[in-house]
Amino acid sequence: MKPFTYERARSPAEAAAAAARIQGARFIAGGTNLLDLMKLQIETPGYLIDVNGLALDKIETTPEGGMRIGALVRNTDLAADDRVRRDYGLLSRAMLAGASGQLRNKATTAGNLLQRTRCPYFYDTNQPCNKRRPGSGCAALGGFSRQHAVVGASEACIATHPSDMAVAMRALDATVETVRPDGSARSIPIAEFHRLPGDTPHIETALAAGELITAVTLPKPVGGKHIYRKVRDRASYAFALISVAAVIQRDGSGRVALGGVAHKPWRVEAAEPDLPRGAKAASAGLLADATPTRENAFKLLLVERTLGAVLTEARA
Amino acid sequence: MPGPGNIEFSRRNLLIVGAASFVTPGAIAAPTAALAQTAAAPPALSKVALNINGKVSELELDTRTTLLDALREHLHLTGTKKGCDHGQCGACTVIVDGRRINSCLTLAVMHAGDKVTTIEGLGTPQNLHPMQSAFVKHDGYQCGYCTPGQICSAVAALDEIKAGIPSHVSADLSASPQATAAELRERMSGNICRCGAYSNIVDAITEVAGRQA
Repeated sequence: MKPFTYERARSPAEAAAAAARIQGARFIAGGTNLLDLMKLQIETPGYLIDVNGLALDKIETTPEGGMRIGALVRNTDLAADDRVRRDYGLLSRAMLAGASGQLRNKATTAGNLLQRTRCPYFYDTNQPCNKRRPGSGCAALGGFSRQHAVVGASEACIATHPSDMAVAMRALDATVETVRPDGSARSIPIAEFHRLPGDTPHIETALAAGELITAVTLPKPVGGKHIYRKVRDRASYAFALISVAAVIQRDGSGRVALGGVAHKPWRVEAAEPDLPRGAKAASAGLLADATPTRENAFKLLLVERTLGAVLTEARA
Repeated sequence: MPGPGNIEFSRRNLLIVGAASFVTPGAIAAPTAALAQTAAAPPALSKVALNINGKVSELELDTRTTLLDALREHLHLTGTKKGCDHGQCGACTVIVDGRRINSCLTLAVMHAGDKVTTIEGLGTPQNLHPMQSAFVKHDGYQCGYCTPGQICSAVAALDEIKAGIPSHVSADLSASPQATAAELRERMSGNICRCGAYSNIVDAITEVAGRQA
């Protein structure tokens, strides 16, 4: 790990201003992803701003009947919240499918959204990686790509976003609230929050330099059956090969987002009217223009079959 | 008696001596330059008071020091183990303010004012914690390296069940979770045992859960 100066933030706006002002500054909250990357010198901040003391750890009801989740709410607490379990079961299920008990106790709502890919070539500093070192190339393209993206990828990067929580947030139409270095607030729809890699895979979100997430809001509950189905190489504590987050209504209509297939949580609203027609029709629209590698082409069929299982469960 | 940091220092000396004895004088230039470059950014020090097992210790630490390294290298509480040092194995699990965490993935300076419980704080050889006794009784280990993390994790996992926190295998999100074998296996998945004592570990935790019920 490279040496760094450590300071505790006193307010969200001050933290954002400091992060924009100080070269190489990063926020730290749960730290479970950042410290891992710092040990490997994939992340080398010279300055850490600890935001844990900011009072951003509350779950509140919004005037519209939705929910406002503070950026620092721990994954364990969000998954166990009574209202989340009752009205946003998809979110509970997605969070409980991710990481381990120890990690969920530290990991925060904002940090979960901001976690970096687990692409093994991103993690191996001896390999070229456009995300880690822009312009150096992508070792995954000609390498072992079983875990990698099948949609929305580019010639520069085929990494996936590792979060389960973010997939549920995408299906639930969450909004990310931030404070900017000048103290002003803004709201970013989750659909626009994570970026596709294009030719700048090192830029992963819509956040500007220094911009700090303060909360994530959810619109009022949409009812329906909430199902998160994650397929992985072992029964627990593994990243998704693919995952399906779905809210299905009694009449068969609904919404669905996929994890493990793209650089961001993957949702294609235009494919959702096909959900009552079954998994084959809906997944065709979800995965249109897919560009799988020879090693991860299995994900296309896996998505279709997993979505099929989810729709069957929803009807039961 | 070795003071804080002495262990790392002696390791580094050992590496330098080791390298020097196997390379020609000309080849030494490269590692020396690399060392000089590392030294260019001096470590930042920060004072922190850590409450470990009820005892407060004032430390001045390199900000990079993880809670795990503070426990082991500075406070010489070596019960907590370093396995992978990346949050994947759970050997470093400790309980902070009642919650289990990976002590390798958190900075010591972030824990001023927190109450940290390590395996040394749960019980002693003369007065074992019920979970420690159950691990002995059910042979819940072989080499023992993962055991302190397993035990801290198990104690906190039962508290999570008591608090009504659901898991991935809880069939009903609104029901109170029970300490079934399936629940325990899922909740303990962040603790790896390469000797494969898993079934005995589940037996040990099940016994303690039964006692508490």
